[in-house]
Amino acid sequence: MSDITKLTVHETLKALKNKEFSAVELTEAYIKNMENGRHYNAYITECADKAREQAKVADKNYQSGNIRLLEGIPLGIKDLFCTKDIRTTAASHILDNFVPPYESTVTQNLLNDGAVFLGKLNLDEFAMGGSNETSYFGPVINPWSKDKDLVPGGSSGGSATAVAANMCAASTGTDTGGSIREPAAFCGCTGIKPTYGRCSRYGIVAFASSLDQAGPIAKDVEDCALLLKSMAGFDEKDSTSCEIAVPDYVSSLTGDIKGLVVGMPKEYRPEGLNPEVASYWDKAAEYLRARGAIVKEISLPHTKYALATYYVLAPAEASSNLARYDGIRYGFRAQGNGNLDELYINTRTLGFGKEVKRRIMIGTYVLSAGYYDAYYLKAQKMRRLIHDDFMKAFKQCDIILTPTSPITAFPIGDESMLNNPINMYLNDVFTVSVNLAGLPALSLPIGLSSDGLPLGMQLIGKPFDEETIFKVAAKLEIDAKFERK
Amino acid sequence: MAIDNETVKRVAFLSRLKVDDDKIDATKEEFNKILLWIEELNEINTDNVEPLISVNDVNLRVRDDEVTAGNCRKEILQNAPSAEYDYFAVPKVVE
Amino acid sequence: MAEYIIETAKGKWEVVVGLEIHCQIISKSKIFSGASTEFGDEPNTNVSFVDAGMPGMLPTLNKECVHQAVKTGLGLNAKINKYSEFSRKNYFYADMPTDYQITQFRYPIVGEGSISVDLSDGSVKTIGIERMHIEQDAGKSIHDLSPTKSFIDLNRAGVGLMEIVTKPDFRSPEEAGAFLRKLRSILRYLGTCDGNMDEGSMRCDVNVSVRPYGSSEFRTRCEMKNVNSVKFVMQAIENEAKRHIEVYENGGQVEQETRQFDPNTGLTKVMRKKEFAHDYRYFPEPDLPPLILSDEYINSVKAEMIELPDAKKQRFVETMGLTAYDASVLCENKENADFFEKAAAGHDAKKVANWMMSDFFAMLNKKHLDISQSPVSPENLGALVELITKEVISGKIAKDVFEIMSETGENPEKIVEEKGLKQVTDTSAIEAIINQVIADNPDNVAAYKAGKTNLAGWFVGQTLKLSQGKANPQIVNKLVKEKLDN
Repeated sequence: MSDITKLTVHETLKALKNKEFSAVELTEAYIKNMENGRHYNAYITECADKAREQAKVADKNYQSGNIRLLEGIPLGIKDLFCTKDIRTTAASHILDNFVPPYESTVTQNLLNDGAVFLGKLNLDEFAMGGSNETSYFGPVINPWSKDKDLVPGGSSGGSATAVAANMCAASTGTDTGGSIREPAAFCGCTGIKPTYGRCSRYGIVAFASSLDQAGPIAKDVEDCALLLKSMAGFDEKDSTSCEIAVPDYVSSLTGDIKGLVVGMPKEYRPEGLNPEVASYWDKAAEYLRARGAIVKEISLPHTKYALATYYVLAPAEASSNLARYDGIRYGFRAQGNGNLDELYINTRTLGFGKEVKRRIMIGTYVLSAGYYDAYYLKAQKMRRLIHDDFMKAFKQCDIILTPTSPITAFPIGDESMLNNPINMYLNDVFTVSVNLAGLPALSLPIGLSSDGLPLGMQLIGKPFDEETIFKVAAKLEIDAKFERK
Repeated sequence: MAIDNETVKRVAFLSRLKVDDDKIDATKEEFNKILLWIEELNEINTDNVEPLISVNDVNLRVRDDEVTAGNCRKEILQNAPSAEYDYFAVPKVVE
Repeated sequence: MAEYIIETAKGKWEVVVGLEIHCQIISKSKIFSGASTEFGDEPNTNVSFVDAGMPGMLPTLNKECVHQAVKTGLGLNAKINKYSEFSRKNYFYADMPTDYQITQFRYPIVGEGSISVDLSDGSVKTIGIERMHIEQDAGKSIHDLSPTKSFIDLNRAGVGLMEIVTKPDFRSPEEAGAFLRKLRSILRYLGTCDGNMDEGSMRCDVNVSVRPYGSSEFRTRCEMKNVNSVKFVMQAIENEAKRHIEVYENGGQVEQETRQFDPNTGLTKVMRKKEFAHDYRYFPEPDLPPLILSDEYINSVKAEMIELPDAKKQRFVETMGLTAYDASVLCENKENADFFEKAAAGHDAKKVANWMMSDFFAMLNKKHLDISQSPVSPENLGALVELITKEVISGKIAKDVFEIMSETGENPEKIVEEKGLKQVTDTSAIEAIINQVIADNPDNVAAYKAGKTNLAGWFVGQTLKLSQGKANPQIVNKLVKEKLDN
C-alpha cells in the first residue's frame, strides 16, 4: 500500500468512502508518523489511544453510511485550542498542567464533523512569536531543514510542521499577525486566516482579542476550504462572532477568473526586497494574467506603519488577557509566597518565558497613565487608516496578491533574530496589516528558493469573501505545481 | 519618549513580574529600542481620525436572562493549585 | 434652608461630599455569564467557566441588565446614552478572576440626571447625578477561616452592578442620608435593585472634603469605601470632615487617601498604602463591541415606567389631602403605598393614613410581619375606618375591633355585628344611663354644682363604662353637661 499519509484530506475521504483502507488503518499510519517524527518536536501532547477510539467510531459510520464532513480524518490541534479533558498548555510553563473541562467551539465543530484528534501541536508560547522558538517545550524543526535545523515559522510552527511531515492530514492554527500564513509559507503548506468573526474564539487561549482568528493549515487549497467549512460559523458564546452563513467553500474552487481584478500593492515592494521573493511575486501575477485576470498596481499608503501599530495593540491586549494567569485558579503556582503579590510575581516570573514577559510589559506600558493617548489611542487611529486603505483599494480590485514573507525559513537560534527582537518583528511586515483590517488571507506555496526552501504567496480578500480567495488560490496552485515533501 | 529605571520597575510591578536588579538596565534599553521604533507612528497626523474599536462594525448582541451555566464546582476547582473547603486558597490577605 | 456649618474655635467650615453607589442588579443570571445570581448558596456553585476566568472564555451581555440600567436611568431623570462602550479596568486581586474588571469608563450607558430630596426642615434639595454605568461585581474573600490563608468564593463574581456617581452636591450628612434613602426607595420601586445595604447589594463609597464656610474652592478629598449603612455614611461624613478641619487648623495639608470607615469607633483610618499607586490602564473591551440602543427600545422602557415615589407622594398630597410628611412615609416603600391606596379607596384617606402609620405598622412590627403577610387586608382596614367615619363605632371600640381583625383576619362589619359593638347613639338610651349614674352618685353631683366642673369627665367615664364603651362619647359628653347644668 502506498503511503496513505501523503494523501490530502479530500483524497483521503474518497478513499475511505471507497473502502480502500479503514479509518483505523489511516489513524494508525498517522500515529506511526507522529511517533517516528518526535525529533521534529511538533507535538506537545500525543493522544494515540483516544484517536484510535475515535477512528473506530468513524469506521462504524462508514459502515452504516452515516458519513460526516470529515469522518475519520486525523487532525493535529494547535495547543492553543482548549480540548476537553486533554491537556492544553499554550506552550507555556504556566499552563503545563492545565486540563480544560470544556471544548473550544472550533474543535467541537471538527469533532461534530467526525474528525480524529491525534494530539496537541507545539507553538510559540501564547502564540507570541514568528519562529516557534519561544515554546516552553522547545523549538520545532522545519521538515525542509537540511544541514542546519531551520525554524518552521510561527506561532503555528507545530501545525505547519505536522502537515508538511505528514504527521497529520491537516491541522488547526491561529493567526494574530501572520501565525498561520508565515509557518505555512516556511513549510510549503497552505493556510488561511479567515475574516475576523468568521470562526469563534470561544475556548481559544486569547492573545490579542481584536486580532486573533482560527484557521486551518493543510496540504492544499481544497483541504483548507473543507476544513474552514467545518471550523467556521456563528457562535453566540463569542460576542465578536458574525452571524453570516458559512458558504460551501469547496464549490468556490471551480470557475474561471476572467476579468477578476488583482491588486499588487506598491508599498510591498520596498528597496531591498529579496529578489527571489519579488520574482516569484511577479511570476504569480503572470499566472493570473494568463488566465484572464487583470493585474494592476494599487496603493496601501499606510503599510509602513502597520508593524508599529500591531506592536502597540497586540501587546496591550495581551498584557490584559494574560493577567488571569496568576497561580490561583489553575496552572502553575510558585512556592514560597509570603503574600498575594509575591504569589503573583513569583508565579508569573517563573511561569512565563522571556518573549511573553517582554510583550506583557510593553503592553502594560503603552496602556499606562499618561501614555494611553500617545500609544494606544494613536495606534487605534492608525488602525483605522490601515483598514480604510484596504477598503479604498477594494473599490479598485477584487483581491490583493502579495508575498507572504520577505524571507524563507532561517536557522533555529539565529543570532540576529535573538539579539534584536525587532528583527523578528519585521518578518511580519506583509501579514500584520491583514489582521489589523480584519480581512481574510491565504498563503500557498509558490515555489522553492535557490537554497531549496519553500516560498509562499498571499491572497488577501474582501471581508467575508474567502470564496474569491479560494477560487484564485486554486488556480495559482495548479499553475505553481509546487511539490510537497 | 525614553523610559528610566523607575518606570521599568513600576511597569514590572503593574504586570506582577520581577526584573532582577542586574537586568533592569538591559530591559530598559530593550524597551527604549522598541518604543523608538513604535514612535514612527507620530509621523502621521491623526487628529481627525476615529479610532477603530470594532473591526466588524457590529452592534453588541444581548442574551436572554436565563440561568444556563454554573453548578459545576468540581470542574471549576479541578485545576486549582490549592483548593480547600470548596474555596480557592491564597496566602492570607490583610486589608 | 438650614446650613450645616462646623464651627471651631478657629473658624467656620462647610463640607463637600460626593457619593458613588454600587447597586447589584436584580436579574436571574449574571451580567456577562449565564450563572445564577442567587445569594447565599454553597461556595463556588454559581460559577461558570467564564466567571472563573478560565483560558479562552468570553463575556456575553445579559439583556435584562441593560433593561434594568435603562429603567434606573429613567428613574434618576437621567439621559440614556444610545452609544456606550465597555472597558477593562486592570488590577490584580484574588477576587477578580480575570484580574481585570469589565466596566464602562469613557462611554457609560447613563449620563447626567438628578434626584430631589426632602429635608427635615421642609426644604427640597436637588442632587445632581454625574453618570451611571454597568459593570461586574467581584467575588468574595474570606479571611477568618485560617491564620495563614484567605479563601475565595466566586459566586458573586460577575453579578451585574450599576454604579451611580453623584455630583459633589452634598453639604451635610443629612442630605447624604436622605439621598440614600430616596435612591433606595426608587430602586425598590423599579425592582432594579433590592437596596439591602446590610447584605451588600447596595454599597456606598463616600468622598469627603471641607472648605472654609462660604468659599467655593474644592480641596483635597478622601474616599471611604464600602460604607454599608445610611447611618454609617452620615457618621463617616461628620467624623471625616472633623478630621480634615483638624488637619487644616493645625497648619497641615490633607492628603488624598483611601480610608476605611470603622463602624465601631465611627472613625476612619488610612488603608495600607501600596508601593506603587493603582494604574488601571483602562482600554475598550475588545471582546464586546459597542452597545447601541435604539430610540424604539428606550421609548419602550419609558412606556413601562411606573409612578415613582415623588410623583406618587405629590398625588397623595394633592388628591387625598395627606400632609407631605405622611405621604413621604407611606411612599417610601411601594408595597406600603399600594396597600394604602387600596385601603383609602372610597374612604377618608387621612384617617386611613393615620391608622396605617400608628396601629397598623405597630401590629406588623409586633408580629414581625412584612406588609405582604398582613392579616388585615387593605379593604378591611378601609372598612374599619368607614365604620368610624359613619359613627357606627367609636374610635376606642375601633381599636378593639382592629385587634380582633389582626388575630382573625375577619372583616370589621362582621366583628362588630357578632360582638354587638355598635356604638349606641340612641339619645334616650344614653340618657337613661346618665340618669342612672347621676342618681347613684348624689355627692359628686353636689360637688359639681358646688364648682368642681371637671367632675363632668368622671360622669362621662362612668357612663361609657356602663355602656361597655358603646355609647357615642360626643353624645355622652353633651348630655352629661346638659343634665348636670340643669
